[in-house]
Amino acid sequence: MSKHTLSVLVENKPGVLARIAALFSRRGFNIDSLAVGPTEHPAVSRMTVVVDVEDSPLEQVTKQLNKLVNVLKIVELDPGQSVQRELVLVKVRTDPETRPHVLQTVELFRAKVVDVATDAVTIEATGSSDKLSALLKVLEPYGIRELVQSGVVAVGRGSRSITDRALRPVDRVA
Amino acid sequence: MPQGQPTRDNGTTMTGAASLIRSLEAVGVDTVFGIPGGAILPAYDPMLDSQQIRHILVRHEQGAGHAAEGYALATGKPGVCMATSGPGATNLVTPIADAHMDSVPMVAVTGQVASAAIGTDAFQEADIRGITMPITKHNYLVTDPAEIPRTIAEAFHIATTGRPGPVLVDVAKDAMQAMTTFRWPVELDLPGYRPVTRPHAKQVREAARLMAAAKRPVLYVGGGVLRARAWTELRRLAELTGFPVVTTLTARGAFPDSHPQHLGMPGMHGAVAAVTALQKADLLIALGARFDDRVTGKLSSFAPNAAVIHADIDPAEISKNRVADVPIVGDCKEVIGELIPAIEAEFAAGTRADLTGWWRQLDQWRENYPLGYTPAENGELMPQYVIERLGKLVGSDAIYVAGVGQHQMWASQFISYENPNTWLNSGGAGTMGYAVPAAMGAKAGRPDTTVWAIDGDGCFQMTNQELATCAIEGIPIKVAVINNESLGMVRQWQTLFYDGRYSNTDLGSRRIPDFAKLAEAYGCVGLRCDTAEDVDATIEKAMAVDDRPVVVDFGVHRDAMVWPMVAAGTSNDEIQIARGMAPEWDRSED
Repeated sequence: MSKHTLSVLVENKPGVLARIAALFSRRGFNIDSLAVGPTEHPAVSRMTVVVDVEDSPLEQVTKQLNKLVNVLKIVELDPGQSVQRELVLVKVRTDPETRPHVLQTVELFRAKVVDVATDAVTIEATGSSDKLSALLKVLEPYGIRELVQSGVVAVGRGSRSITDRALRPVDRVA
Repeated sequence: MPQGQPTRDNGTTMTGAASLIRSLEAVGVDTVFGIPGGAILPAYDPMLDSQQIRHILVRHEQGAGHAAEGYALATGKPGVCMATSGPGATNLVTPIADAHMDSVPMVAVTGQVASAAIGTDAFQEADIRGITMPITKHNYLVTDPAEIPRTIAEAFHIATTGRPGPVLVDVAKDAMQAMTTFRWPVELDLPGYRPVTRPHAKQVREAARLMAAAKRPVLYVGGGVLRARAWTELRRLAELTGFPVVTTLTARGAFPDSHPQHLGMPGMHGAVAAVTALQKADLLIALGARFDDRVTGKLSSFAPNAAVIHADIDPAEISKNRVADVPIVGDCKEVIGELIPAIEAEFAAGTRADLTGWWRQLDQWRENYPLGYTPAENGELMPQYVIERLGKLVGSDAIYVAGVGQHQMWASQFISYENPNTWLNSGGAGTMGYAVPAAMGAKAGRPDTTVWAIDGDGCFQMTNQELATCAIEGIPIKVAVINNESLGMVRQWQTLFYDGRYSNTDLGSRRIPDFAKLAEAYGCVGLRCDTAEDVDATIEKAMAVDDRPVVVDFGVHRDAMVWPMVAAGTSNDEIQIARGMAPEWDRSED
């Protein structure tokens, strides 16, 4: 199996997320992570889906996704040709003795402390999956009290936009 | 379907319900099968005034759905069914799933509880949009009356274009009750829906190149050829190339059974020649077919030496089960239409393989292993005989509609289909109970055509309440119940794979109910026939009735089995022509 990052442009309509999630489930494809949000066009949402499949099932995934009427466009983002990021918020146990070490880790990873309590700090970090798992590995020994992580969001490198052509007006009259 | 014509009433103020009915009229609907109920009630009021739409009041929503399918397949127009919220809508789930599996253009309109009540577990509330998401081509929930015309236009556009399929439109009751301004024509807002119908010229040329050089080619024809209405093109292609043709269960009639190039149906109960031709082929030209497991048998051993040209309008079907060497995305009518000149060009350039040896082999298989059956030792009426006689006496202009099981396979095998859209059945979903309501829909759509349902006694008892609809609405279908008083196909598997342990397959339907009396109770003519001598006379008697439906209860031998058979999960090479009997290949191979 190998991981593939798909950018899926969809119409911003009710039920679209359910359609996509249900399609993955009924066709037996595993979603590794999923992130949904608005784009520069109010009528369009963008989903970033990371799937863990071989190449030939991946072709089925994209073909089946393309059949959904609300799906506008699907692009697979090559990890080398795209920027892929996720966000983590992690609450780490600290005491006066460990706090400086934790803060030093935060700095090393260019993360941020976003909340402090007497016995814990909450750290915000963004980065690639590899970077974030490295950070979490270092924080682990101090005691992770709570962890929340976003799905991957990704964008292709360079000046081209995948939203341009998908949004060309279609003139059809009943 | 959706017409670009301005319509009367454009700009008129009316209720959402009236706008719904006006929209259905505007897309050309003339028949709706349905049952009213609380949430859909507003739509039924303007329905009463419609001069264009005939509403056929069915007895169960499943009947409405299958009737819409039968109507669609018989007429080529989308079928329409209507139901109320909750259980009314969920009763449509089976026919919707059926239409989805067999790519039948259908629009289901359901009432939904008022938008303020959605999500509160209100009386007769069911999330039918959520429930039908995986079994529709697309579906809608409408809560704004202004959206009704566009939604109906889109629903019919989606249902009938590309790969056809069912679309459900769920309309909240308050949207039907509110006042709105009816607008027609409407602009479709479907930026993500662009079916490809024109094939890629390069792919067509590549296909033609392979076809001209193939030594053992087979045209593997699926239901897509019927949906694309490409039977004329198919015949031209077949006769131009001289290739053998097999037609799958959903494609029966796409190519005349009597045509010398037709080898019959492939698959689990296919003809030996058709199954074996696919196995031994060096090139498969799959047209609107989807390499279903019932056709391929064990996939890894299916047609092991064949290159595959796969043409389908749905890109997701191509290389889904079997990798295609030449994928062609497009409408079968256009694909075949472009293949013909491309092949003519190949032939003109002098490339044309000699098929004499291949045909010699095919003819040998056909001759040695024709379809047949062994009469029962006790002299009981054989189901195959009944169906064979029915086909002979009724002829190839009638429409035949089957349920699911043994009778369906025999009806596919022993009736000669000469014309497209004369064979309707539930192929992909295998829905028992399909026959009676689908026959009703076919007859409603084509009242001048004789429509015979060939049903099993198990299937018949699932949906025969629609005989009441047929009798009252003047839809004189004919039903042949092939009564072996059991769930015959399941029983056959129990005979073959469960040591004859007949767990729960005995229906006792030679005793209860009395089908002839049941038919009479429903206002139909009820006939009975238990001997071979009476078969012709009984069929003729049934044919003589045209003012009401007829049901003939044929009491048949219960141990009759469907042969040939490729057992589930085994290779097509292991086809058996009768229990424990494999064809003798060494006799028939070069």
